[in-house]
Amino acid sequence: MDLNTVAAVAHPTTRDQLPVWTAGDAWLAGGTWLFSEPQAHLRRLIDLTDLKWPALTISETGLSIAATCTVAQLDALACPPEWIASPLISQCCRAFLASFKIWKTATVGGNICMSLPAGPMISLTSALDGVCTIWQADGGERNIPVADFVTGDQRNVLAPGDLLRQVEIPLAALRRRSAFRQVSLTPVGRSAALLIGSVTSDGGLALTITASTKRPVRLSFAGIPNSKELRETILQRIADDLYHSDVHGKPIWRKHMTLRLAEEIRVELQGTAYA
Amino acid sequence: MTFQINGREFSKAPRPGQCLRTFLRELGHFGVKKGCDAGDCGACTVLIDGEPVHSCLIPAFRADGHAVTTIEGFAPDGGTHPMQQAFLDAQGFQCGFCTSGMILTCASLNQAQRHDLGAALKGNICRCTGYRAIEDALNGKSNIEDAAAGTAFGRSLPAPAGPQVVRGAARYTFDVAPEGMLHIKMLRSPHPHAKIISIDKRASLGVPGVHTILTFEDAPDRLFSTARHEWDWMDADDTRVLDNVVRFIGQKVAAVVAETEAAAEEGCRQLDVAYEILPAVVDPTAAIAPGAPAIHGDKTLANRVADAGRNIVAETHGEFGDVASALAQAAATYEGAFTTQRVQHAALETHGGLAWVDADGILNVRSSTQVPFLIRRTLADLFHLPLDKVRVFCERVGGGFGGKQEMFVEDMLALAALKTGRPVKFELTREEQFISTSTRHPMQVTVKAGADKDGKLTALQLDVLSNTGAYGNHAGPVLLHSVGECIGVYNCPNKKVDGIAAYTNTVPAGAFRGYGLPQTLIAVEAAIDELAKQLGISPFEMRRRNVVKPGDPMLSPPGSEYHDVLYGSYGLDQCLDLVERAMAAEAPMPSLPADWLTGDGIALTMIDTVPPAGHFADCSISLREDGGFDLTVGTAEFGNGTSTVHRQIAASALATTVDRIRLLQSDTAHGGHDTGAYGSAGTFVAGRATQAAAEALAGQLKQFAASLLGENPDACTLDNHGTVCAGRRTSFALLAASAHSLNKVLSASGNSSGTPRSVAFNVQGFRVAVNKYTGELKILKSVQAADAGRVANPMQCRGQVEGGVAQSLGAALYEEMVIDDNGRVINPKFRDYHLPSFADIPRTEVFFADTSDALGPMGAKSMSESPYNPVAAALGNAIANATGIRFTATPFKPDRLWPLLHEKFGPG
Repeated sequence: MDLNTVAAVAHPTTRDQLPVWTAGDAWLAGGTWLFSEPQAHLRRLIDLTDLKWPALTISETGLSIAATCTVAQLDALACPPEWIASPLISQCCRAFLASFKIWKTATVGGNICMSLPAGPMISLTSALDGVCTIWQADGGERNIPVADFVTGDQRNVLAPGDLLRQVEIPLAALRRRSAFRQVSLTPVGRSAALLIGSVTSDGGLALTITASTKRPVRLSFAGIPNSKELRETILQRIADDLYHSDVHGKPIWRKHMTLRLAEEIRVELQGTAYA
Repeated sequence: MTFQINGREFSKAPRPGQCLRTFLRELGHFGVKKGCDAGDCGACTVLIDGEPVHSCLIPAFRADGHAVTTIEGFAPDGGTHPMQQAFLDAQGFQCGFCTSGMILTCASLNQAQRHDLGAALKGNICRCTGYRAIEDALNGKSNIEDAAAGTAFGRSLPAPAGPQVVRGAARYTFDVAPEGMLHIKMLRSPHPHAKIISIDKRASLGVPGVHTILTFEDAPDRLFSTARHEWDWMDADDTRVLDNVVRFIGQKVAAVVAETEAAAEEGCRQLDVAYEILPAVVDPTAAIAPGAPAIHGDKTLANRVADAGRNIVAETHGEFGDVASALAQAAATYEGAFTTQRVQHAALETHGGLAWVDADGILNVRSSTQVPFLIRRTLADLFHLPLDKVRVFCERVGGGFGGKQEMFVEDMLALAALKTGRPVKFELTREEQFISTSTRHPMQVTVKAGADKDGKLTALQLDVLSNTGAYGNHAGPVLLHSVGECIGVYNCPNKKVDGIAAYTNTVPAGAFRGYGLPQTLIAVEAAIDELAKQLGISPFEMRRRNVVKPGDPMLSPPGSEYHDVLYGSYGLDQCLDLVERAMAAEAPMPSLPADWLTGDGIALTMIDTVPPAGHFADCSISLREDGGFDLTVGTAEFGNGTSTVHRQIAASALATTVDRIRLLQSDTAHGGHDTGAYGSAGTFVAGRATQAAAEALAGQLKQFAASLLGENPDACTLDNHGTVCAGRRTSFALLAASAHSLNKVLSASGNSSGTPRSVAFNVQGFRVAVNKYTGELKILKSVQAADAGRVANPMQCRGQVEGGVAQSLGAALYEEMVIDDNGRVINPKFRDYHLPSFADIPRTEVFFADTSDALGPMGAKSMSESPYNPVAAALGNAIANATGIRFTATPFKPDRLWPLLHEKFGPG
């Protein structure tokens, strides 16, 4: 929709050109959320497009995803064969409530910064041990794991003027065997629970719980736990009030589905661990 | 900036925060539609460099230097793209508002996406079709027939507007841009109940571009109802154009009229309103309890508010026989309390319109309406204008479903046009649709039922509490309808009804497809099934033993004063047989893990083919000089398909083909009267008027031909675009030429008063699977049989049934407006109010009973609301059959089903 209070758009091409952050500013990446709701408090958009960050960079240490990388670009990434966790990319893209038409515009960084519980790029990058690089408003820079970047429903660690630059995915995470489970109240609807498990190099289970909880919850087990241990750990680590409540699922059902999907993941990965 | 749009270069700078959608529309590309303006519905889809995007989400400046293709430029040189042709052949649209975006999206799909249409089309919402016809288009299927002269009725002819719809050229309400137009934006109440003490306009008037501000001080001091019926006495007069008391969050407070939407929005933000907060009540049970704040304490019986002190706008009570003693003696009894949630019509075109005063001093209102003639009458009343100084019309309307049988915008448009003397436009946002128009009436229904050991019903009792929200538009008529046919269809000596429609400080409920019946049918049809189960009788047999048959009185207490409902035809028996046979047919069962429980369920519905107390239509038809005909009807087209049917009726009566009938519709300037396209009346009532007019003209043509040839008119027939008198043929074109030379006008009119009325029937069957450990639900089979009389257009009628099933599945499974304790709608957007998308809707097998109605046009009956009615009830019965649990509240979402499943089946 038209954002009629916006009077200017800045188009910086380098970090130096980023304007001094002022009340009424908003970063414009894809804009698919920004333009989907009234934003009467905004006066200026700072368009990140002309910074021309390379969308995806594969290196010896892993994958770097620019905040402005679109969902479609990520989905189309040709991954090296040893990245056996790569099916998660496509599974998480398909977990978007939005259709493939939006993926062309929506960005990975935008989805993470929206910090919705159901943000599938949060699920993906936190499960893959992603680390955010933040360009601070004061000119500094800091790093923080994605799982810690999101602190609640539409809440994160960004201070006004901070900018998410990229997410680094370590190679080790991409080489892990993984299992994905997602459920929604409707066949292709918004995730009510999205869980990703993977087997670490030392045979442990890394379980990332998203969508059902207000923020990502990461659980690590030294080996593949038994059913009871898994269940009890989840019950202990996730208090009832951490389960998200909105029109896309009641908390008590999200909790039940979380336990159920976690067990499915455990069984699936247990099989592969033994194999 | 330079934009290449449909191959042409434009140099124009968009506003900084402007999205591509409005930029394209400002350049005249009206094929780019606004359904949600938030990226959820896909109606605004365009191609950028050949790739589909939602133009409402794209900053316009980003299209700089790119090639944009809208539906208008999709095929070169005004041609037809193969996908456009596919949508024409399959008739993959009804109202057509989603069609531009749907076609551009479908044409972009690769083979993999075409194999997973549920995922590929999740960003394209069609509210009308139920998606089967869209799938047919993608599969290259043709659903249309041809018809030789005089044989159009009963054939699957395509909608006349199809070629314009698929090219984005059909003009919907907002697809015009008069010079010098002002825009209206509303400041809306943030409080559920408050008195407006003062409105300080000074800052707002200082906003550049703000022209006028309208408040309650400018509005006529008159009460009316936004509900539009033929007779004003059907609804409570409790509404003002602008009031100094606001009774729900979202109610109009003041209008800012400005040169641009942006200025009008800013003007709204600059208004300073002082409110005195009043106590509010949002729950209907609390609202009618002693001590609740009176929401319309200033209204009386003279305003047709039944008991303003108790927040009761309408009530009905009655008993035939003695239900209590019948229940005491029954072999089987059932009692259950059922709740239906608040749902929205979600027509893809929002409410709104344009208005202007023309050089002759006539107030013109172009709006998105189902009832232009009733709107005109009310505007004339409110603003003290002679009827002939008000013209209301619509061209194509993007969906209605009952939501446009209301006057939500035309009063503001008229007020603003009269005050400013300028053309004005008022286009609601999607959020405004949710928070400020109308919804279905949420109802709490308690049913008590009893039967003897042979399965004969002995007692039926309904207790209904309907939540009408802050205003009583349609409150009474919906309440009466809700307790009408649902029990009238059953023979039962003891029946009792208590119904109350309560005011609450929430967004008003209003007319909605089904008009109350879907909400009560869930309870009644559950009771029939539960009794059948107790007695060991099949659901089909139980119904056969109890439904009315021709000759049986159709009774609901306290009884109607209208006794004009007759059995013009009867196909309920066939509908039950058709569904029973289809459900029993051998079908491959998908292999499901043991977690899944399966079950079948049915429900039936009867509906009067016309609303009570008269429903009127005038139609006229005249012979044109080229031998074709001009047919003028008042009824409106919003995807209901009546434009197709009216031409079929006329072409059949006049031995011609539909392409020679030019339809002029839904414009009060054409004269005559039409109560409107509601209550499924577009075919049954207006169609009869068209039939009468066409048959009268047929008689004139025979007479005239006979007089030219010196023959007896009785020796003349109509055949193949002409008359044949004693073996001598005269083409209509020749007759027209002769008439012209003799200065004779060949034209006729016809009318219908909507009485006597008939009854139509539908039976829905579902087979479902429910996961007992997660609450997930799959529909394995969906069958509906419809008794539509002689089916005027099988393809279209099938589409009405499928669309009704789809919309009703939305209400049964997904859709829910959530209102918080303060009365605020917390999910006023499509991404939080889930409309069924392609992936959500199963294919429904549709069967028609073989009947011909003695009262309907050429044997036809109405069939637009009733397919919706039995769906949630049948689904509830199927779930009960599968799980052994009777769920009593819609929507049947996994998180709602799971707690009781968990209680019964454990964690799994």
